[in-house]
Amino acid sequence: MTGETWLILGASSAVARAFARAAAERGDAVLLAGRDGDDMARTAADLRTRFGTPAGVLPFDAADTDSHAAFVAAARQATPGTLNVFLAFALMPDQTAMETDVALALACIRTTYLGAVSVLAHLAPVLEAQGRGRVVVLGSVAGDRGRLPNHIYGSAKAGLHAYAQGLRARLHRKGVTVTTVKPGFLDTAMTWGLPVPLAAPPDACARACLDAAARGREVLYFPWFWLGIMTIIRAIPERIFKRLSI
Amino acid sequence: MSRWKTIALPGWGRRDRAPQTAARPERVAEVRAAVADGVAAAGGVLARGRGRSYGDQAVNGTGRLILMERLDRILSFDEGTGIAVCEAGVTFADLMRVFLPKGWLVPVTPGTAFATLGGAVANDVHGKNHDRVGSFGDHTAWLRLLLPSGETLRAAPDENPDVFAATIGGCGLTGVILEVAVRLVRTPSRTMRVAERRIRDLDDFFAAFVAARDTATHSVGWIDALAQGGAMGRGILETGEIADHDPAPPVPPRPRRVPVEFPGFALTPLSVGLFNAVYRRRVPEGGRERAVPMERFFYPLDSLLDWNRIYGRRGFHQFQCVIPDADARAGVGRLLEAISAARAASFLAVLKTLGGEGRGMLSFPMRGYTLALDLPHGSGIPDLLARLERITLDHGGRIYLAKDSALSADGFAAMHPRLGDFRAVLSRLDPDGRLSSDMARRLRIREDAA
Ligand SMILES: Cc1cc2nc3c(=O)[nH]c(=O)nc-3n(C[C@H](O)[C@H](O)[C@H](O)COP(=O)(O)OP(=O)(O)OC[C@H]3O[C@@H](n4cnc5c(N)ncnc54)[C@H](O)[C@@H]3O)c2cc1C
Repeated sequence: MTGETWLILGASSAVARAFARAAAERGDAVLLAGRDGDDMARTAADLRTRFGTPAGVLPFDAADTDSHAAFVAAARQATPGTLNVFLAFALMPDQTAMETDVALALACIRTTYLGAVSVLAHLAPVLEAQGRGRVVVLGSVAGDRGRLPNHIYGSAKAGLHAYAQGLRARLHRKGVTVTTVKPGFLDTAMTWGLPVPLAAPPDACARACLDAAARGREVLYFPWFWLGIMTIIRAIPERIFKRLSI
Repeated sequence: MSRWKTIALPGWGRRDRAPQTAARPERVAEVRAAVADGVAAAGGVLARGRGRSYGDQAVNGTGRLILMERLDRILSFDEGTGIAVCEAGVTFADLMRVFLPKGWLVPVTPGTAFATLGGAVANDVHGKNHDRVGSFGDHTAWLRLLLPSGETLRAAPDENPDVFAATIGGCGLTGVILEVAVRLVRTPSRTMRVAERRIRDLDDFFAAFVAARDTATHSVGWIDALAQGGAMGRGILETGEIADHDPAPPVPPRPRRVPVEFPGFALTPLSVGLFNAVYRRRVPEGGRERAVPMERFFYPLDSLLDWNRIYGRRGFHQFQCVIPDADARAGVGRLLEAISAARAASFLAVLKTLGGEGRGMLSFPMRGYTLALDLPHGSGIPDLLARLERITLDHGGRIYLAKDSALSADGFAAMHPRLGDFRAVLSRLDPDGRLSSDMARRLRIREDAA
């Protein structure tokens, strides 16, 4: 046991599950938060059985921002040692579906951006008071530029990146690190059946997240080559970019 | 609605690389959704583990596949009973990694750690210790099964026993296995004491096995399938006992994955014959004994990830059958003669003993000798496989469905006296025939051929 606890927000996703495993394997306690209680109970049981580390479950709905104050209080209560945060939830509906259904677009933004800002804003004072700890925010390369095929989700992630930047500066003053991880395509339920190239395994991403957090890194692209890809994509002049459909 | 992906998912023999339609659920709720979608689709639906069956068993060309690999959580372990409750996508590698350090061992494991427990149940798999402990179904305490109706059902030897017996070895046709409760046993070490000795010919092999069956816990024979005439059946007999304690310093566990592809090379009778000869010579004349990590004894091929690619684009078949004791010497001799006469380049053939029938209605094992070998695909191979089926039938044997790609529907029916019972259970669990596979259609497992 390490005295560290990871609060995992959006714990049913493949990356979050892999992250929970990697953290538990190191001896960290894990608190799984999300909506699918049955699924999280299974993951928690798996962590306890495999690694003998404490693993608990807390109901959490990112879109229900009114519940976040009480949720954070409960999470603090359930964490004996140092609280660390892995934020992994997001909602990525189909771009064209969101173009015809604005409510769906808003739901994407509510979960991916508002929900994230809300829960992190409630967590921030707790982390400041603790005077240590690590936060990992799962962003996306989609947030690096508004691209035709995925710009509503991308805009929510762009907002999240900016918020995480500011939060990093705020928490840095209190000894808490904030790491933004920008994965390219991951081979998960989110991308299954979509025409995405180069989908990377989620467990490798999870290990990279844990490692980046341990080093207190600010921003990490995963896999690394996405830094190059996004540098090029960002460099294309808007005049030309608007004609492209990448 | 589940997300479906079009993707090539051949059997391990890589014969048929046509794209299929597959879902890959990550949560139980997503499995349910995929089954609900899949039963409504033309061609029906089938669960798939890690695709380590060789032929068309985990293939459903005209229908849907549900890949179970992401459901890989170990839900509980009871030190009192040794029962580990696992999701169906948990692999033998997981069990070894998690439980060996705690002093617990899964009593039956196939020759690859990449197989899932769902696949182990669906084939009622056996290890190198079948004589002593039986097959995987003998150590399965209970199963949780998702039926095409969407209902879940628990099955155990004393709870829905006919569903249990149909699902053990049932090729995935009774439903989607969600959970497997497997009984582990205590182990004093994670080391195997392995003895190897050279075997001159087939008679020598049978004599050695008769003795090994009574004295050794684990045994396996490697035969040079290209050797003919007086040398036919020459090879190595390997026996293994679990060591009382690990050697100090303890042998470090093998890395789990080799992240490289094995490069392709040409297989000819000459190069394979050379390999087989070298393989045999590595054991000195007088035999040898060593202590090796269990994983290396159980899974000799797993250190070469994707080794099936060495057979190249055309892929390969594996043939495995069992011949009852009384006829085994004659039957195995005829099989080896047919194989070497066809000059079908094959790496080592494997010869093992089996102890008795399994619990499943379609379980493979029976008391006898089982022979298994790879055959690279080529023009003469379908004929050869038909000959091997004939020889197997002539000697009262049975072909292993986990490996099969060529058995005839009539041959299949003749090998399985409990097929009628199996069909009766299917017509209750899956009255509309919504679960299917290429193998099920080829062997007409559902229909009464008569
Ligand atoms: C190198 C190697 C060595 C082997 N050695 C042995 C050996 O020593 N002994 C032995 O017995 N076998 C052996 N096998 C065969 C292997 O153990 C079986 O084919 C096993 O079933 C593979 O498991 P899988 O998870 O890959 O299943 P798959 O190949 O994906 O599927 C096999 C069958 O299981 C069904 N299935 C899988 N998961 C589920 C589920 N959740 N619910 C319902 N049905 C399901 C499928 O529908 C299919 O019918 C070996 C295979 C290889 C490649």
